[in-house]
Amino acid sequence: MTRSIYLDNSATTPMAPEVVDAMSPYFAAAYGNPSSLHSFGRDAHRAMEKSRETIAQLLGARPDEIVFTAGATEANNLAILGAAFAAGGRRHVVTTAIEHHAVLYAAEWLRTQGFDVTVLGVDAAGRVGPGQVRDAIRPDTLLVSVMTGNNEIGTLQPIDEIGRVCRERGVLLHTDAVQALGKIPLPLGSVDLLSASAHKFHGPKGVGLLFVRSGVRLTPILHGGGHERGRRSGTENVPGVVGMAAAADLAFRERDAMSERLRALRERMIATVTQIPGTRLNGHRTESLPHIANFSFEAIEGESLVMRLDERGIAVSTGSACSSPDLEPSHVLVAIGVPLSMAHGSLRVSTGRQTTEREVDEFLGALRDVVDGLRAISPFKVGE
Amino acid sequence: MYTERVIEHFRTPHNMGKLDDYSAIGKVGNIVCGDVMWLYIKVEPDDDGRDVIADISWETFGCTAAIATSSMVSDLAKGKTIDEAIRLTNRDVAKELGGLPPIKMHCSALAADALNEAIYAYLSQEGKEIPEALRTRHERIAKEVAALEKRYEAFADKDKG
Repeated sequence: MTRSIYLDNSATTPMAPEVVDAMSPYFAAAYGNPSSLHSFGRDAHRAMEKSRETIAQLLGARPDEIVFTAGATEANNLAILGAAFAAGGRRHVVTTAIEHHAVLYAAEWLRTQGFDVTVLGVDAAGRVGPGQVRDAIRPDTLLVSVMTGNNEIGTLQPIDEIGRVCRERGVLLHTDAVQALGKIPLPLGSVDLLSASAHKFHGPKGVGLLFVRSGVRLTPILHGGGHERGRRSGTENVPGVVGMAAAADLAFRERDAMSERLRALRERMIATVTQIPGTRLNGHRTESLPHIANFSFEAIEGESLVMRLDERGIAVSTGSACSSPDLEPSHVLVAIGVPLSMAHGSLRVSTGRQTTEREVDEFLGALRDVVDGLRAISPFKVGE
Repeated sequence: MYTERVIEHFRTPHNMGKLDDYSAIGKVGNIVCGDVMWLYIKVEPDDDGRDVIADISWETFGCTAAIATSSMVSDLAKGKTIDEAIRLTNRDVAKELGGLPPIKMHCSALAADALNEAIYAYLSQEGKEIPEALRTRHERIAKEVAALEKRYEAFADKDKG
């Protein structure tokens, strides 16, 4: 491969060099267990708590409101299952059809434990309305979980308005902010629980966090040594936590300038791609994360599109059924009413801090070729 | 996850497009399921008067595996007599590609089915005798199509809306 263009930053991001540097002492030099009494342990503990303070300050939280986890899947599970099992008599959870499976399947699993779950539908752009949430809340509702910005189509949710509804009704609000951190201001003031994952903002894999507003009770899902103030047992991932703090520091410092740049790249892509006949933008034109654009192409299957672009050194992803382990098309595209034939031909392009305008232009040029090539061998012709 | 042979056929597929003067066409798959294959055959008699697939081509909407299996089945069937071509199975297609991921085996079935359907269409339209095995497969394929359509009915309705 002569060149490679990585446009799959919603899947994961390259670690920033500063992050790698920040982490490196904590593998083989300062390797102590933060729970140990001796100097090795104290050094590790200090690094971990300093990271917690950095992250808390950036988020606008208190250090004791940050629980480190092994990623956002765990954070989402802890938020949903933890809140459910700590809720006393309340038995009802509200979420939306476009959540990440780490939220959706955790909520679905609660049904098997005797809970009731309402999954709200979304409009054609992927938005859920605060009124829908208000109507769904019952006297026994314990938690509402709505993501900040969608990982497949980028659509932003009105979390502040939903937060007001939840406050009025005394119901906890959780948001999966995995794609939003470092891209837009987080709705921390409106929520009680917020999940994030370091590798989505140029930090390491295998580490994430759950913000737990002071006073919110969670039943732990991992039992053991009582780490993280009893909310998440297990020896802390010190290099990971240090890396997450360094990445968060970078993400918050660069956020506004980077978002503006990525938003302009998104606009550029939308303008060019929608010129191709038989194409649609999935998601919201403006109420969107700046780094995600999702398109569908008539008469083409998405996995082939991804593989053809891969041959040219361009990495993107698809919500096509053929690329999923269960051969089902993306639940997000189905939820926003994309016809199945078009859901199969979907393409997600997600940029990152390292993405250049030139890379986007190269991608756009290659895309046109690849789309034309695949349409030439498809039995379906566009415009017929 | 794909073998080199699969990638090779996907990258430079053989016999793609639509034949101008085909004798019959086999259409399988369903767009809502994500795979559609149309296989065109041109049948001509050889010196001994046997029906031979003189030319073959295809148009496919589908994933990497669907395109590679289309290419491979066309290679395997080209030049074969109808009697020989009938005996080609999805296992032959997958084997020649060096194997397929388990979840993609249905693509090789689709390719073999498309060939089956094209031959069935040819023999039917010519009023020729249809071997029992071919008829059985044709009936099985028709049943599967009906089942798929039923399964995706809800989605298909949405498509119309």
